[in-house]
Amino acid sequence: MSELVTIFLGLVLINNFILVRFLGLCPFFGVSKQLGSAISMGIAVTFVMAIASLATWLISNYILLPLDIEYMQIVIYILVIATLVQIIELFIKKTNLGLYFSFGIYLPLITTNCAVLGITLINATENYSLSGSIVAALGGGLGFTLALAMMSGIREKLELANTPKSMKGLPIAFITAALLGLAFLGFGGIV
Amino acid sequence: MGKFGKEFAKGIIITNPVFVLVLGLCPTLAISTSIDNALGMTLAVLIVLLGSNIIIAAIRNYVPNITRIPIFIVIIATLVTVVNLIFHAYLPATYEALGIYLPLVVVNCIILGRAEAFASKHTVAQSIADALGMTVGFMLALLMISFIRQVLGTGSLSVFGVDLFTLPVLGEHPIAIFILPYGAFIVIGLLMGLFRRTGVMKE
Repeated sequence: MSELVTIFLGLVLINNFILVRFLGLCPFFGVSKQLGSAISMGIAVTFVMAIASLATWLISNYILLPLDIEYMQIVIYILVIATLVQIIELFIKKTNLGLYFSFGIYLPLITTNCAVLGITLINATENYSLSGSIVAALGGGLGFTLALAMMSGIREKLELANTPKSMKGLPIAFITAALLGLAFLGFGGIV
Repeated sequence: MGKFGKEFAKGIIITNPVFVLVLGLCPTLAISTSIDNALGMTLAVLIVLLGSNIIIAAIRNYVPNITRIPIFIVIIATLVTVVNLIFHAYLPATYEALGIYLPLVVVNCIILGRAEAFASKHTVAQSIADALGMTVGFMLALLMISFIRQVLGTGSLSVFGVDLFTLPVLGEHPIAIFILPYGAFIVIGLLMGLFRRTGVMKE
C-alpha cells in the first residue's frame, strides 16, 4: 500500500508529468488558455492514461512477454492507444453528447499526446504491477491536470499584464512554467 | 535544384520546427541537457523523419484519405522501433541517456506533422528536402539550447568525452538550475523572445 502511495505522490508532485518530465507539452501550451477547457482536457487525458495503462499492462504481460516479442512494444502500444481513443470517442458521443462537444477536438488529439504513450512506457521500464500501473496513470494524470489548471489560471491573468511585446504569448508562458516548476521543487522532500 | 534548395532552407529559419512551429517540445526540453544527447536525438529524428517522409510521399496516391493517419502512425512507429534497436545495439550510452524519450519520437509532432502537412501532398524529392531542412532546423535549435544549458549548468563543455573548456568561476560554482528541467523552460522562453525581438523569426 505504501508503495502505491509513493508512486502516486511522486508522479503528482515530484516528477510532475509536465513540469519535470515534459510529457504532454503541446496541450499544456495550446489548451491552457481557459480554466474550463484545461480541466476537461486534464480529465480526458487522465481517463485515457488509466485505461491505456490497464490495456498495455495486460497485453505486455499476457501476449508480448510469453511470445518473446517485446521489440514490438512501441508499435503495439501506439495502436492500442489510438484504438482506445477512437472507442472512447464513440462511446462518449453515444452516451453523453454534451460532454462530447465540450471535449471537441482535444479528444482525438490525445492519441499523439506524449503523456499517454509516456505513462505506458514508464510502467514498462519501471516494471510496475497492475495496480501500480493504474495508480501511476492516475497520479500522472492528476499531476497533468493540476499543472494545466494552474497554468490556465495564470495565463488568464497574464493576458492583461503589461509584458514586453516580444515576450507576449508563448515566451512568457515558458518562463511562467519554469517558475511553477521551481515552486513544485519544494515538494521534493515529501517521499 | 532551386526548388529542392527552397524546401530545404525554409525548415531552418522561416518555419523552424522548434522556435516557430513550436512542435516536438517534449524531446527538445527533456534531453537538451548536453550536446551529446542533442546530437543523439537529432540522429534519431533524422532517420525517422527522412524514412517516414520518403515512404509516405511514395505511397501518397494509394492511401485512402480516411485511414491515412493510422497508416502514418504505424509507419512512424515501425521506423522508431528500428531506430530503437539500432541505438540499443550500437550506441548503448546514448540509448540509456535518452531513456523513454527515444521511443517517444513516435508521438513527436514534428514527424506526424510533416507527414500530414507536407509529405502526403508532395513528391519524394521535395519530401526529402523538407525532412533534411526540418532536421537541420531541429538540430540547430537543440544545439543552441543544450549548449547554453550545459555551459551554464555545469560550467564546462565536453562533447563525447572530450573536454573543450571550463569557465573560470562557473566551473566551480555552476548555476545548477540550468541543468534541471526548469532551466529548459527559461532558456527556450528567453531564446524565443530574443528571436522575436531581433526580428529573425516571426510569430
